[in-house]
Amino acid sequence: MNITTKTIAAICLGFAMLMSTANAQDVKVGSITIHHPWIKQPVPGAVAAAYATIENTGKEDDTLLKVAVEGVAIAQIHDMKMQGDVMKMDELKDGLAIPAGKTVELKPNSFHIMLIKATTTFKAGQEVKGTFTFAKAGAVDISFEVETGKPAMGGMKMNGMKMN
Amino acid sequence: MANTKSLRMTLWTVVALCAAIFAYAYFSGGAKNLIGADFGAPFKLSSTTGGEVDSASLKGAPYGMFFGFTHCPEVCPTTLNDMSVALKELGEPAKNFRLFFITVDPDRDTQDVMCDYISNFDPRIVGLIPTDNELQKVAHDFHIYYKKVATSDGGYTMDHTATLFLFGADGKLKSTLGYDEDKTEQMTKLKKLLAG
Repeated sequence: MNITTKTIAAICLGFAMLMSTANAQDVKVGSITIHHPWIKQPVPGAVAAAYATIENTGKEDDTLLKVAVEGVAIAQIHDMKMQGDVMKMDELKDGLAIPAGKTVELKPNSFHIMLIKATTTFKAGQEVKGTFTFAKAGAVDISFEVETGKPAMGGMKMNGMKMN
Repeated sequence: MANTKSLRMTLWTVVALCAAIFAYAYFSGGAKNLIGADFGAPFKLSSTTGGEVDSASLKGAPYGMFFGFTHCPEVCPTTLNDMSVALKELGEPAKNFRLFFITVDPDRDTQDVMCDYISNFDPRIVGLIPTDNELQKVAHDFHIYYKKVATSDGGYTMDHTATLFLFGADGKLKSTLGYDEDKTEQMTKLKKLLAG
């Protein structure tokens, strides 16, 4: 291997790394920025859920109306909360409000996108394409990364038990 | 006479206050007030290990009960995963401990579905599948709230009590683990339970 091929290889590697981190980059549409879209690797056979942090830097309220995820028949926007000892889950049929100047976090134990009737098994590291549709900003393609989410013990607190 | 009347009024006020305090304590305290009391009732339910689990046969080793459903994206897999890890961490004292995961969604959680699901967790976690009628009774006996919530695709999800109940070797309720309770505290409770 001479210097030139080494250099080319290094450049290629650099590009490959750039490409792979590009997937994890923020996606912008209108005044909406979507940070860190991810799917939590589910227990095999269990229902998976997708998450993201959605920021509205605009002056107008927007609404996340619809989500589509590749390999999933139905992606529903849900709200999960604890009411005393009871876990309550509701579908947000009119979408999830993203108020002007605010950031809304979809995260475990809170707002999430429930992936119903998936034809794929989600494994950590996998990339899953999807689309978010907003009332004002319109549709935007995103790429979810499948992550394990957290260690089973102790990590739960970090992932958003502070409910608003 | 006026004095007797006002005294009577005062006494009635005291009675009403006592009743209100009692009612508040009774209804707001939930499971916490039931610890040490006879909680629950005997049951015999179809099990993922084959055959039935008879609650009468459970005495002799501590056990836990948790109600949920397999289509649950968060609370149920998190709880069962956490408990799988906890049981390993607890080691020898937890050898004979069992955790029963009782489905509140027997329409979808058939024997096969439950067996598949349960196989993801520690083998000490056993799935129980009540019939609709059995579910009504066992949920009532263990103060479990569950409700189907329709979704736009014609399907449904379930709201349900997310508390895990811990019973001693004598079959009496010893403590509960709340879903949003601190993990260290949960481990302390489990250790205490297993120490007898």
